[in-house]
Amino acid sequence: MSSGSYIKRPNRPLQFYAILFLIVLYVPVLFLPLFSFNDSIYVRFPLTGFTFQWYIELLDRDQVWASLMNSIKVGVTTSIIATSFGVLAAKAITRYRIPGRGPVVGFIMLPLVVPGIIFGVALLVLISRLGIPLSLYTVTVGHIIVCLPFAIATMIPRFEGFNKSVEEASADLGENAWWTFWRVTFPMMFPGILASLLLTFTVSFDEFIMAFFLSGTDATLPMYIWGQLRFPQAFPSILALASVILLVSFILVFLGQWINRGAQSDSIESNTKT
Amino acid sequence: MSVEPAIAASSSLAPLPKTGRFSMMLQRYEALRAYTLLSPTLLIMALGILIPFGILIVMSFWTQAGFGFDLTPTIANYEQAADRPIYGALLKRSLWMSSAATIATVLLCYPMAYFVAFHVHRNKMMWIVLMTLPFWTSYLLRVFAWKVVLGYEGVINSALMSLGLVNAPLEVLLYSQTAVIITLAHAWAAFAILPMYVSLEKIDKSLLEAATDLGDGPVMRFLRITLPLSLPGVIAATLLIFIPTTGDYITPALLGGPDGMMIGNLIQKQFGAINNWPMGATLAIILMLLIATISLGFMFVTNFVRRRIS
Repeated sequence: MSSGSYIKRPNRPLQFYAILFLIVLYVPVLFLPLFSFNDSIYVRFPLTGFTFQWYIELLDRDQVWASLMNSIKVGVTTSIIATSFGVLAAKAITRYRIPGRGPVVGFIMLPLVVPGIIFGVALLVLISRLGIPLSLYTVTVGHIIVCLPFAIATMIPRFEGFNKSVEEASADLGENAWWTFWRVTFPMMFPGILASLLLTFTVSFDEFIMAFFLSGTDATLPMYIWGQLRFPQAFPSILALASVILLVSFILVFLGQWINRGAQSDSIESNTKT
Repeated sequence: MSVEPAIAASSSLAPLPKTGRFSMMLQRYEALRAYTLLSPTLLIMALGILIPFGILIVMSFWTQAGFGFDLTPTIANYEQAADRPIYGALLKRSLWMSSAATIATVLLCYPMAYFVAFHVHRNKMMWIVLMTLPFWTSYLLRVFAWKVVLGYEGVINSALMSLGLVNAPLEVLLYSQTAVIITLAHAWAAFAILPMYVSLEKIDKSLLEAATDLGDGPVMRFLRITLPLSLPGVIAATLLIFIPTTGDYITPALLGGPDGMMIGNLIQKQFGAINNWPMGATLAIILMLLIATISLGFMFVTNFVRRRIS
């Protein structure tokens, strides 16, 4: 690209549109924290006063703590399993020429596209036919399926970003596949793995549809919120809870994307070059 | 790229440090090695997708009998779905609402993707992260946020009223199809931006300069180069939003009211309050077939058009 080309010229209306777009994208979500500090049971303008009351109220609710622990348990298990399966799958997809690669990748990525309700009811039907009681375990299985495409999509650019010949050098120098993985692949993949852990944890932590169909008596945090939406008097404290969840999710996702940023820009560059 | 197979071949000829038939086969056959690595993923996907779908299809031919199922295969559910107008009406409405949301999202997100691809030179990654960050956070909470914004005494209404612009809250905002469409478009924006950004980013900038040198103005340049070359991204974005939104049930449940109910709500009710699982399975299968048919038709038509253009 030659410098000083017309493409480089800033386009004011477009810049204005982009800023507006980001505002519209974020503002609705930001109303949740705004009203969570408002000293009124009603969610409406004008704001009446500043309070921490709703947050303090949250701390006293045992159910909030219980569902938080459930969500963490499910999220940690899901992220570890989805990421470890995802590393292997991403390696297979990027490193080897496999027959039927297109359909296989398409199949793995299905949960990203197919409406969640269909996966939810299909799994529910299987689980109930097998006579397995609904529990946090069944939610975890659902979440692993939802999270695997995210894990794989996060790690594929990492694998594309580093040179295959380093692994081959290790193999040529006499390391077996196991040690090559631990001493060469894993350290180079580490940012991708960390990003995948953070992102899949967040997806699981926030996931609602699978939890809706597959959870038993133990609720995850989003399920708890869903249950509370029926009670108007619970509204402000739900706003507070939602704000906390949003904040945690934003931080985790931002960290994940930040850790993995090198890989994505590398692969974008290598894609544009070829 | 072309050297890699040669290197791979030479490394598989290297002396094998381990004995054992399986590891020897692994060393020799690339495909086998790849599928071994893929096996945990494929196994859980088969367990979690293929088998459940199989059972869902089988169940759609059963009927509900009290609290149990009548296992004799019958197409009664499908007949009922065709006969009762409520099912057809809900399906049609779901398709219309998700089409509206899809078109709105793609149109609104295209300029954004274009902006980041062509006009952002530093901190591109930052912009992409900013645009996709909300997408990773809870879908339920984003829908909930719109309930707060659009509610009867919500942000918009109370703001309008305290400014004295309206006397009574606007009732159209919450519990309407519009509310559902707005929320869906907002919630799925990231899904539209990413594929369109990728295909815009891939466009060779020298083509644009060539068009300019040959006398095309900005509008013609966009219509003749940028837009056709970014069509794959637009098509991907359209499908990526249309398919999942058609089956959505959270947004209509929280924001739709009776007019904004979609087929997803009915499917969910069959597995919940109505407790007719076979009917729910039938509706899920019909929905999937419908989505698949429409998507394939759409891809066929756009491919045809694209070939005619070029």
